[in-house]
Amino acid sequence: MRACPDALFCIGCLALTLEMQESLISLARSADLKIEKSDEIVITGGFGRLQNFLRKCIIAVLSYGPMPKHIAFIMDGNRRYAKFRSIKEGTGHRVGFSALMANLVYCYEMGVKYLTVYAFSIDNFKRDPSEVQSLMELMEEKINQLLKNIDLINKVNCKINLWGNLDLLSEPVRVAAQKLMECTTGNTGLVLSVCMPYNSTSEIVNAINRVCSERREILQGEHAGSHNGHAASNGVHSEISVDDLDRHMYSAGCPDPDIVIRTSGETRLSNFLLWQTTFSHLQNPDPLWPEFSFRHLVWAVLKYQRAYPYLEQNRKLVKKQL
Amino acid sequence: MITKLIFGLLWCLVHLVISICDLWSCLSNKLECYLISSKVLSKYQSLHLERLKCLGVVVDSGEAKNVMEVKQLLHWFSTIGIKYVALYDIEGVIKESLEPGMEASRDDKSMNSSDVCAYTKTSHGSHRHMVVECLSGSDGKEAIAKAANLLYSANYNCSTHGYGKINIVFTEADMACALRSVGGGGPEPDLLLVYGPVRCHLGFPAWRLRYTEIMHMGPLKSMKYGSIVKVLYQFSRKHQNYGQ
Repeated sequence: MRACPDALFCIGCLALTLEMQESLISLARSADLKIEKSDEIVITGGFGRLQNFLRKCIIAVLSYGPMPKHIAFIMDGNRRYAKFRSIKEGTGHRVGFSALMANLVYCYEMGVKYLTVYAFSIDNFKRDPSEVQSLMELMEEKINQLLKNIDLINKVNCKINLWGNLDLLSEPVRVAAQKLMECTTGNTGLVLSVCMPYNSTSEIVNAINRVCSERREILQGEHAGSHNGHAASNGVHSEISVDDLDRHMYSAGCPDPDIVIRTSGETRLSNFLLWQTTFSHLQNPDPLWPEFSFRHLVWAVLKYQRAYPYLEQNRKLVKKQL
Repeated sequence: MITKLIFGLLWCLVHLVISICDLWSCLSNKLECYLISSKVLSKYQSLHLERLKCLGVVVDSGEAKNVMEVKQLLHWFSTIGIKYVALYDIEGVIKESLEPGMEASRDDKSMNSSDVCAYTKTSHGSHRHMVVECLSGSDGKEAIAKAANLLYSANYNCSTHGYGKINIVFTEADMACALRSVGGGGPEPDLLLVYGPVRCHLGFPAWRLRYTEIMHMGPLKSMKYGSIVKVLYQFSRKHQNYGQ
């Protein structure tokens, strides 16, 4: 039976709205914030409450072992999802966005502090222009939706970063993205980093450019006879170190990912966080991204817990050697 | 307190069940590898390795100390017909133990690679040559930092450029060139085999890992010829869009 694209689109959007509102409310409630119910808010039924309770029990059992602080997702499979269900590609991406919101809530409930997602690669600009255009429109729509709910996002203390070469985005998307980052910059809760448009080699080159530019400015100041920043000028004459580059990566201030999950069973990183994933547990579950649900996340954490002793041992060993 | 104890017991039980499932999966994998090695499974008999220009191998440093196993691995790769292998371990154990013992002359242009004669002859009596490159953690982030220094010193030379000049913006092509100059160049592996308890690239040079298929092979001590053939077969059937 072929699904009606329009109906799925509406369901996807409605689910997203409901999901976002429910998820943001549950986040706020967990943070002991008072949210007044309005007519727009849908109250979950008994079955929903049971689901929530079971989820909390599972998380409580899981939390007995080491829990990841930072999970990164390569959200692969939206187009295949749409193809298998004979729906529009754009709808596949929208359902993918709903999956992102759902997993954001699950990660929050598990105590994951940092969530990074690969939303759009610089290589993706090579795709069909109409697909790129619809993706840009989707991004603009979702960013504006988040801006509309900014009070709620700030109440749950969520910080949103956008990592990537934002100059490559169309102006409305770039402006909305920068505004979203500015509005949430002071938040200290869960950090959601959206990589778009991004690739790792571009990030490394960007970090090098920033280090060089910073040193050039200090040298200019030195030449102009400034006596300020004497300590800084000493640093300028030393070699560029790995730590210097670390400080200028988009991910500066975030710990390295504990787990990198690429959905759809694909085994490559596709130029994602190559610098930051030295000791990350790489996982490639078979489900397509829109199908990635709570049970898949639980399984991912269980596998991470089995890998944790080895990863931690290696991390400490390398730190010791440095 | 009691609740925590119950959760703890449940957690242990879950992991025990997973261990049993892993054991079962390990046994069935061993059987499959045996069947592949015995040439019972016909689909694995002809491997199409045209797309595999370079094979990367990450080995856990603790396991890399077992030089005989590493050499056995190289022998298998040579037998299969792999032309270029980039061997990596984070602590540089392979560089220290394997490089001095390699036969044949070193290539002057490349610091770490050597031509290696196959350890056995083919049925026609000729030797296959395979290039083996040994890498370590210093070829990863440190090499990128070295390349950054090269770019900085070449383009921000105080005496020649002065101050207040145009801010130079380096590109990925500039970086690739700089990496080659500091000895951090080399082909990007099409496939990376990870030998260790966990699927983790352990700092394999980032610039060479962009579109590499990464496969976990398990601990080196459990390595099997059949599992290499299986992975190569799966690789030959992969398709990449490269972002398109």
